[in-house]
Amino acid sequence: MMNSLILNAATRLLVALLLLFSIYMLLRGHNLPGGGFIGGLIGATGFVLYAIAHGCSATRAALRVEPQSIAMVGLGVALAAGVFAVFFGDALFTGQWLFLGATEDDYGLPLSSVLVFDIGVYLVVFGSILTIVLALEEEV
Amino acid sequence: MELLISVMVGVMIATGTYLMLARNVLRFIFGLILISNAANLMIFVAGRLTPESPPLIPDGADVPPDIVANALPQALVLTAIVIGFGLFAFALTLVYRGYQSMGTLMSDEMRLAEPEEDRQ
Amino acid sequence: MAEAAGEVPRAAGGPAGWISILIPAAIFVWLVQFVPAIASGEVILWAYDWVPSLDIRLSVILDGLSLTFALLISGIGALVTLYSARYLGNHPEYPRFVLYLMAFMFGMLGLVLADNLIALFVFWEVTTISSYLLIGFNSDEAKSRRSALQALLVTGTGGLALLAGIIMLGNVAGSFELSVILSQGDMIRAHPLYAPIVILFLAGAFTKSAQFPFHFWLPNAMAAPTPVSAYLHSATMVKAGVFLMARMNPAIGGTDLWFWTLTIAGGFTAVFASILAMRQTDIKQVLAYTTLMALGTLTLFIGAGTSDAIKAMMLFLVVHSLYKAALFLMIGIVDHATGTREAEVLRGLGRKMPVTAVAAVVAAVSMAGIPPLVGFIGKEFLYKAGLELDQGMFWVTGAAFAASALMFAVAGIVALRPFFGKLAETPKPAHEGPVMMLTGPLVLAGLSLYFGLFPDTIEAWLVAPGTWAVYGDPTVSVDLYLFREVNAAFILSLVTFATGAVIYAIHRPLRNWLGRVFEANPIKFDPGWDQVLDGLKALAAWQTRHLQSGVLQRYLFTVFATLGVAVGLTIWARDALAFDLDLSSELDGLLFKHWAVLIFVAAGSILTALTSSRMTAIVCLGVVGIGVALIFIMFSAPDVAITQLLVETLVVVLVAVAMLKLPHLDLPGRRDKRPWHGVLSIGVGVVSSAVLIAVMQGDIDRRLTDYFEITSWPEAYGRNIVNVILVDFRALDTFGEIAVVVVAALAAYALLRGTHYKKPVAAKEDEA
Repeated sequence: MMNSLILNAATRLLVALLLLFSIYMLLRGHNLPGGGFIGGLIGATGFVLYAIAHGCSATRAALRVEPQSIAMVGLGVALAAGVFAVFFGDALFTGQWLFLGATEDDYGLPLSSVLVFDIGVYLVVFGSILTIVLALEEEV
Repeated sequence: MELLISVMVGVMIATGTYLMLARNVLRFIFGLILISNAANLMIFVAGRLTPESPPLIPDGADVPPDIVANALPQALVLTAIVIGFGLFAFALTLVYRGYQSMGTLMSDEMRLAEPEEDRQ
Repeated sequence: MAEAAGEVPRAAGGPAGWISILIPAAIFVWLVQFVPAIASGEVILWAYDWVPSLDIRLSVILDGLSLTFALLISGIGALVTLYSARYLGNHPEYPRFVLYLMAFMFGMLGLVLADNLIALFVFWEVTTISSYLLIGFNSDEAKSRRSALQALLVTGTGGLALLAGIIMLGNVAGSFELSVILSQGDMIRAHPLYAPIVILFLAGAFTKSAQFPFHFWLPNAMAAPTPVSAYLHSATMVKAGVFLMARMNPAIGGTDLWFWTLTIAGGFTAVFASILAMRQTDIKQVLAYTTLMALGTLTLFIGAGTSDAIKAMMLFLVVHSLYKAALFLMIGIVDHATGTREAEVLRGLGRKMPVTAVAAVVAAVSMAGIPPLVGFIGKEFLYKAGLELDQGMFWVTGAAFAASALMFAVAGIVALRPFFGKLAETPKPAHEGPVMMLTGPLVLAGLSLYFGLFPDTIEAWLVAPGTWAVYGDPTVSVDLYLFREVNAAFILSLVTFATGAVIYAIHRPLRNWLGRVFEANPIKFDPGWDQVLDGLKALAAWQTRHLQSGVLQRYLFTVFATLGVAVGLTIWARDALAFDLDLSSELDGLLFKHWAVLIFVAAGSILTALTSSRMTAIVCLGVVGIGVALIFIMFSAPDVAITQLLVETLVVVLVAVAMLKLPHLDLPGRRDKRPWHGVLSIGVGVVSSAVLIAVMQGDIDRRLTDYFEITSWPEAYGRNIVNVILVDFRALDTFGEIAVVVVAALAAYALLRGTHYKKPVAAKEDEA
């Protein structure tokens, strides 16, 4: 934990921005560089920064949930997205798609189990990294 | 460029090996980081190098342009980087914990499970 | 065990008991319905694809041989479980016993019914393991544990040899299906791998069926509870080896190698075991050795291989199972009632235990080969087959004769003498056994008599179809009879009785004399076994001392040296680097940014290796990581580059955090200098470069990439191919990988937060 007023003040804004950016990266990942891995890493980096500036207990309070729970939930979400396909008679982890408002030349707004899977990846990466970093920082 | 990168990967692996062979386990971890990086690069380079044409499909097209980078090794390397990080983090906590309970970073002095007197 | 079989039984062992009795009984009844079809020459096949990619099918072959075995296993199994429910029903561990016994029974049934060699092997090992558990059932006795381990190691080693043999045979025949292999006998026998296959199969069969020189484990296995001995070590498991030889006979039998190996090992085991049996006074031990004799005889006649010999073998197989299981169960009752199994002590039990006596006498008469019991027919056909051999007539007939004569005497000693004469004092007063325990011996003895009087039935149901299967020819006619004419075999039988009677008369001096001979004999198998084990342990300790130093550096040195040498030699041997190096095209178009990255990464790596300063090392690692990320960017991998940059940041953060509490890299004044490690590292580096360069020379297989490129948008609706591969095409892989990440995180968390540690007594190095 560093006692720097500028850092303290700046990180609050920065974490929010990074979190927003990470979700942006996650959502655009299917068509442009990004995705769950990158999104999760960016999000985690934000909170690592927060931990450096405000300390671990403040970070845990800001997270509200234990990071290892986030990781486990992410794993569950990813698995559920995979198992989802089985109910439609497809093999495990086959992508399922729903296109809202699709027209002749436009797919509209696509919703898919693949996106859910990527969200699971995001949560796993995010939660796992914070689990390790916070535990190590608290120990030192 | 392929040839020069190959040589560079060789340098990374040589230095990584040298570090992993050290007595001090912190050096071992440095070596581990170098070798994971080198291994990722190796997989990436083996998929051939294509400058300035990422494996993206432009809007309106069904397939990528004719010349586009090999996406498969990229996907492999991407997950390998994250897994490599997991391995590194675990190794680092192990080393850290080992130092706390044994008071040394020298691998040959960490003999809690196999004390020296047991093996004549 | 005597206390275990208490006076007031839990009703037949409780639910475990009833279930264990009903299952084999039901299987037996179910199998009986196939008898007419099999007796008419049909072979029933049934298959289920188990591991299709490895050609492993769960297929069943029901022919004369497997049906005979399956009926024996389930039938005797039902009688033995009935017996055990009373014998062990009050034992606190009885349900465990039943579980093992059932596991064994299913293993054995699977073994005999399997049509796939791999499945057969799996079941073979199931019987090995369950017999280990059963022999060691009285696990608080050191003797039981030793015997169990011995049986496991001997039969398990044989099992490994068998597996090797199965794989070779499967490759030669092009299939693991027995029904395919059995029809390819001529091709297999002519194959250069034939001899190794036979030797490996026989190694499996001989260890399982306790043929000389692997015979020593079977008498020790008598440490098991008596029902187990009756079931595993007479009627079923030890016959698995015999079964294997019989089953494989059409495929790998009929050569000189087969003939002489089997007849010599079998004949020798038969005679040798009969002599050893004479030495014993513990009736259970005597029965164990006579079992060896029977297994030897069966091996001998499979080896002899004529249709008559196979006929005799099939008949003797059934005959022996019937009388030997009866006798084992009988001795359990006697032991239970009197508290002893000593042949010298037991006398005149007939008056106190009349029913047991009847069963024992009938079984013993069958064992002695006296008419009208089926044992007589069995012996007659052994002689008949032996006398008609072209090759090895004297050896086979002689071995059969010697073994039969000794059996005659042994039958008198163990099963007749204890029941006649004046009642002798026993540790417990003798009394008749309970009905549940008497059922088995009585039924089995009754069958021995029934088949003796009506040999047509056993001929049509079991012996004839079995012979067809083993001999590989369904046209062989089988005609069993109790007595038809005075021929050479009949005369030999009479001579056998006379010889046996003489041996019986002098059995006491003979036993003493044998005792002296064997005492003087320097070669002892059982102590020899201990020596082999001790040697093995010493070898293991020696190699552990020398190979497993416990020093991480040495292990890593070995690993890296092996890697460098193995890969280096491969490259050299394949001439993988024999191509023209075109340096000009390599250097062409190389910009400043390329050079900068290359030099930064290489220099950063070297500096990390050489520095003594932790700070320098972290900075250099950061430089290397960012350099690698730049390479990813330059060569069109934005996703990878972003990931690499972010991970690199986190690595530096983590190392920096941990470093706060870790000491310096080197002790003050001691630099890290390791010239030999340097040489090895440069070697490994050179080899790695060479591999990569060699890879770059070949063509690249882009089929997968092409597929992903073409289908990414039309089928997976994604324009970022890398991401589509990760979350759609290869989502299962990704799922596995994120699971690894979670596990690593949880493990690190547990290590840091979940464990308590004691503060180091004195930190050896200064804090940073």
